[in-house]
Amino acid sequence: MRYVYLEKSDLDKMIQHLKKEHRVVAPVAKENLFVFADVENAEEITLEYLPTILPPKKYFFPPKQVLGEFTMGETKMSSTTVEVEPTVIFAAHTCDIDGMECLHTVFRNDPVDPYYKKIEKEIAVIGYECMFPCDECATCVTMDTHVPKAGYDAMMTDAGDKFIIHINSKKGDALISNNPIFKEVESGTAKEEIKKLRAAKLKKFDVKLKASYSELPGIFADSYDSDVWEGVGKRCVSCGNCTAVCPTCYCFDMYDEVKLDISGGERKRVWDSCQLEEFAEVAGNENFREERSSRQRHRYYRKFDYPVKKYNKFFCTGCGRCTRACMAEISLVETVNDITKENKNV
Amino acid sequence: MCDCCNESNTKKQVIEVDPQYSPMEGTIVKTKIMTETEKFFEIKLEGGKELGHMPGQFVQFSLFGIGEAPISISSSPTKEDKSTFEVVVRKAGVFTSAMHKLEEDDKIGVRGPFGKPFPVDDLKGNDLIFVAGGLGLVPLRSLINFVIDKRRDFGSVDILLGCKAPKDRLFTDEAEGWNKLTDINHACTVDQSDPEWKGNVGVITTLIPGVDINVNRTYAVVVGPPIMYKFVISELLKKGMPEKQIILSLERRMKCGLGKCGHCQINDKYVCQDGPTFTYEELKGLEEAL
Ligand SMILES: Cc1cc2nc3c(=O)[nH]c(=O)nc-3n(C[C@H](O)[C@H](O)[C@H](O)COP(=O)(O)OP(=O)(O)OC[C@H]3O[C@@H](n4cnc5c(N)ncnc54)[C@H](O)[C@@H]3O)c2cc1C
Ligand code: SF4
Ligand code: SF4
Ligand code: FES
Repeated sequence: MRYVYLEKSDLDKMIQHLKKEHRVVAPVAKENLFVFADVENAEEITLEYLPTILPPKKYFFPPKQVLGEFTMGETKMSSTTVEVEPTVIFAAHTCDIDGMECLHTVFRNDPVDPYYKKIEKEIAVIGYECMFPCDECATCVTMDTHVPKAGYDAMMTDAGDKFIIHINSKKGDALISNNPIFKEVESGTAKEEIKKLRAAKLKKFDVKLKASYSELPGIFADSYDSDVWEGVGKRCVSCGNCTAVCPTCYCFDMYDEVKLDISGGERKRVWDSCQLEEFAEVAGNENFREERSSRQRHRYYRKFDYPVKKYNKFFCTGCGRCTRACMAEISLVETVNDITKENKNV
Repeated sequence: MCDCCNESNTKKQVIEVDPQYSPMEGTIVKTKIMTETEKFFEIKLEGGKELGHMPGQFVQFSLFGIGEAPISISSSPTKEDKSTFEVVVRKAGVFTSAMHKLEEDDKIGVRGPFGKPFPVDDLKGNDLIFVAGGLGLVPLRSLINFVIDKRRDFGSVDILLGCKAPKDRLFTDEAEGWNKLTDINHACTVDQSDPEWKGNVGVITTLIPGVDINVNRTYAVVVGPPIMYKFVISELLKKGMPEKQIILSLERRMKCGLGKCGHCQINDKYVCQDGPTFTYEELKGLEEAL
């Protein structure tokens, strides 16, 4: 276990150090929101940020991805390749790191996704621990994603005039070394410091869900027929924003893009949304999730119920993006609290 | 040192990946128009390679520029010529219409086989009732021929077929062959008769009361349109059939066939991997299933 200090004034030196061999992407302010984007220096980065519009999943699982190239009339793809680049995702929040873990679980599950596997190998994650709660939409405390656990190569914690960096993997070890800006610190000392900082931090974080982590699966198990879904379904406009911004949504569609001279083209996959009406439609106009309420319920169950059964893991990181992005002001906090209330009254 | 150029660009690398999504090459060796909307295809894989499927599985056909569609394998792996497999395609939209235009010697991409087969090992030693509605006979035919080829492993066999009208019947020659086999009972009904039709008229459930069922030792395998399942299952349950001995095959929208894209999901099950075959016991608690 290795810990180092980095003087805050050396942050740019750290970015330049990382950039020697990596593309560095980090949270950047854009109008009054934030996005993950390529950065050249530390000045472009905003360390205290509300969850970015899109989560960093876009680097692992791009919104549009070429599965292979083809020549018209052939049956096999002429090439199946993926473009990779050694990349550091810098200053990812713990909730987003949890989201990456969810995607890893899915795409590493048999049959392993070959594109994801290659890309993932090239990505290093340097986390940045949030010291302040985001806003009313975030439920990270209940989802237990507000403190670092796993899934990062290095984690930075703000300690006043310096950062404490916890190195958590071989990759992280290689990244955070060979530079005098990283000052080795005895791990007991660093841990003690972090412990104090974290105790102060946790006082600022409050719980917004009425159900606890361990109560959630039981509540969802009993809420399939709840009227709450009707209400949510009536307001939802099926725009699909909530799934696009969600760090753990990974549904996709496949289509062929043909070149203008129709000599060939590319078969692609693109992010899809279970909130769109035709998502589950089959021939004969049969649709097993025709109602908006059943599609919304499906989304919630894909966060709090189905993956718990399949992977023993919640697929909600509590980031709050779905609530912030919803056109109809549907709030995850309200929805989950509504079914909890119903459930606890019974 | 120059600050203006994007250094990181130089580290980009294009690397080969496992061609999981690249189809195998299939050649159409035989076609046959079966009805106004259904066409039969016999397909040989490159080098006469065996598809290696079991009854109940499906493939993803691919035509570049158009896309892919999941289609059930209709031939049995016990078929004499192992270098080909058979399918029947109903014209339902863009892909299936394009596939209908294909003739002998044309090429088509094939991915698969995918999905969980019918549980043939569980069926062994038991009496079997096959219930097929419309296009449901297509996947079921793989299992029926499998059972016929391994006849001594199974008890009595009843085949119940239903379709809209006599002209919609599929594999009529083959079905007559089953009729002639004394050890297989075969009944057929149509919803709407025509002047030449001398058989049963009525929905498929009307055939069930006539079947003698030993509920301890019988499996029912039911494949048909969604609407058929509810009625057939309730009829079978009335006869005392245990839920785990009723086998179904479901159809859902599919894209990847690999348990990833989410399109085929019903509650916590992925039809492309956990199915398309299920026991009724597995499905009955799932609201989105039937
Ligand atoms: C496991 C499985 C086995 C099947 N077996 C057969 C078979 O043996 N013979 C046969 O003729 N058909 C079969 N189908 C149905 C067949 O896949 C669809 O009819 C076909 O995909 C429609 O594609 P299209 O481009 O012609 O239609 P489209 O132009 O895309 O649309 C026509 C209709 O088909 C639906 N549809 C579109 N894509 C799919 C899809 N990927 N899966 C299901 N429905 C879709 C649409 O919602 C629409 O209602 C099977 C489907 C599944 C899931
Ligand atoms: S469901 Fe909402 S709060 Fe949960 S991870 Fe997805 S976007 Fe974040
Ligand atoms: S963002 Fe809101 S309105 Fe849009 S699909 Fe999701 S829940 Fe419905
Ligand atoms: S078809 Fe993609 S998950 Fe089943």
